[in-house]
Amino acid sequence: MKRSALVLLVLLAGYWLALSGYLDNPVLLSVGAISVVLVVAMVWRMGIIDTETVPYIHGKSLGYFAWMFVQITKSNIDVVKAVLSPDMEISPKLTKVPLPHSTDLGRVTFANSITLTPGTVSVEMQDDVILVHALLASMTDQKAFADMGERAAWAVSDPMSGKAAPQKDSK
Amino acid sequence: MTQFLYYMNVGTAFFLLIGMVLLLTRLLSGPTLYDRILAMNSFGTKVVLFLAVFALIIGRDDGVDIAILYALMNFIATIAVLKFFRYSALGVSLEDEFIEEENPPVAPRNTGVNKTSTNRTGTKKGKRT
Amino acid sequence: MIAEFLPVAQMLIASVLMLAGVFFVIAGAIGVIRLPDFYTRMHAAGVTDTLGAELIIFGLIVQAGISQTSLKLVFIAFFLFLTSPTATHAVVGAAWQSGLKPKLGKYKAPAPGEAKAKPKTKSKATPPAKSKTKSKRKSPVKTTRTKK
Repeated sequence: MKRSALVLLVLLAGYWLALSGYLDNPVLLSVGAISVVLVVAMVWRMGIIDTETVPYIHGKSLGYFAWMFVQITKSNIDVVKAVLSPDMEISPKLTKVPLPHSTDLGRVTFANSITLTPGTVSVEMQDDVILVHALLASMTDQKAFADMGERAAWAVSDPMSGKAAPQKDSK
Repeated sequence: MTQFLYYMNVGTAFFLLIGMVLLLTRLLSGPTLYDRILAMNSFGTKVVLFLAVFALIIGRDDGVDIAILYALMNFIATIAVLKFFRYSALGVSLEDEFIEEENPPVAPRNTGVNKTSTNRTGTKKGKRT
Repeated sequence: MIAEFLPVAQMLIASVLMLAGVFFVIAGAIGVIRLPDFYTRMHAAGVTDTLGAELIIFGLIVQAGISQTSLKLVFIAFFLFLTSPTATHAVVGAAWQSGLKPKLGKYKAPAPGEAKAKPKTKSKATPPAKSKTKSKRKSPVKTTRTKK
C-alpha cells in the first residue's frame, strides 16, 4: 500500500508537469505539489489504494497493447464490412466464454479486451464464465477467446488457477 | 505543405460533425433508453476528437487540454446517468448491490420509453413523502 | 535531403491515418443507425470508439511532432483506450440487468427499396421484451411505493 501510494504520487506529479509545461514557475509548481499531496491523502483516507488503483505499466502490458491493436484492426474491418454491405447479413449470438483467471485484475483485463474488440461485447461476468454477445456467429470462436485469455493473463501475470475463489468474498 | 494539412484537418472536423449529426438522429429516435445513452457516449467521443482537431486547426495547444477534460467527463457522465436511471438517485453506494439483492435501496426502475417519465416523477414523489 | 523528405513523409502518414480514422468514425455512425437492435448497435459504436478515435489521434500526433501537444494527445488516446470498453460494458450490463432481450439468430436488412420499412420492424420487435419486463417489474415498484 505504501509502495502504491508512492507510485501514485510520482505518476500524479509527472501528469501535472506534463500538462502544465511550466517547469520554472514557483507558484505553479507549489500549487501542483499541494494538489498532488492532497489527492494522495484523500485516496489514502478512502482506503481504495492498492495495486489495482495504481496502474503498473511495464513492457508486458505494452506488448499486450500492441497485440490488441492488431486484433482490434482485424475485427474492426470485419464489422465495418458487415455493416456497410447493402444486405447487412449479421447473426447476433450469445455465448459463454470460460473465465479461468483468478485475480480481479486478470478478469477485468480479459473482459475489457473482449469488449474492446468490436464485434464482441462482454455482457455479464459470472463466477467462472463471461456472457459474450457477438455480432457475427463467426466471431464466437472458443479457441480465439482462449488465446486472448492466455495473453491477458500473461500481460498482468495472472496465475490462471482455474476457479475464481477469492472473488466471492470480496463481493 | 502545412496548407495541405490545414485543409486535411478542416475536412476531418467537417466529417466528424457529420458523424455527430448521424448520431443525433439515433439519440432522438432511439427506441430504448440505452440506445440514447449509447448515442450520447459515442457523441462525447466524437466531441473529444473534434476538440483535438479544432485545437490544431486554430493552432492553440490549450484546446487539447479541454479535450482531455471532456474525455474524462464523458466517461463519468455515462456512468452517472446509468447509475441514476438504475437507482433513481446518485448517492447510493454501489456496494449495496452485491450485499443485498432482495432489498435494494430504491426499487429498480424499468426502462420503457413512455413509462420512464411517469416513473421518474412517481419515484421522486414517493421518496419525498 | 532527409530534411526535405521528412515533412512530406509526415504529411503523407498523417493524412492517411486521419482519412482512415474518418472512414471508421463515419462507418460506426452509419452502423449505429442501420443495425436493428440495441445490442448490435453496441458493436458499431465500438468501431467508432476504438479504431476511429485512435487513428485520428495518431494522425494528430504525427502532425504535432515531438512536443507537449503530442504528449497531451497521447494522454487522450490512453484515456479513450481505457474508458471506452468500461463505458460500453456499463451500458450493456445495465441494459441486460433491466431485462432488455437481444435479438438473436440471422438478420438480413430488407431490400434496398424498402430501406424505410426497417425502422418499423425494429420498433415492433423490441417492445415485447420491454413490456414483459415492465409487467414483471411494475408490481414490486408499486407495492414498495404504497408501503412507503
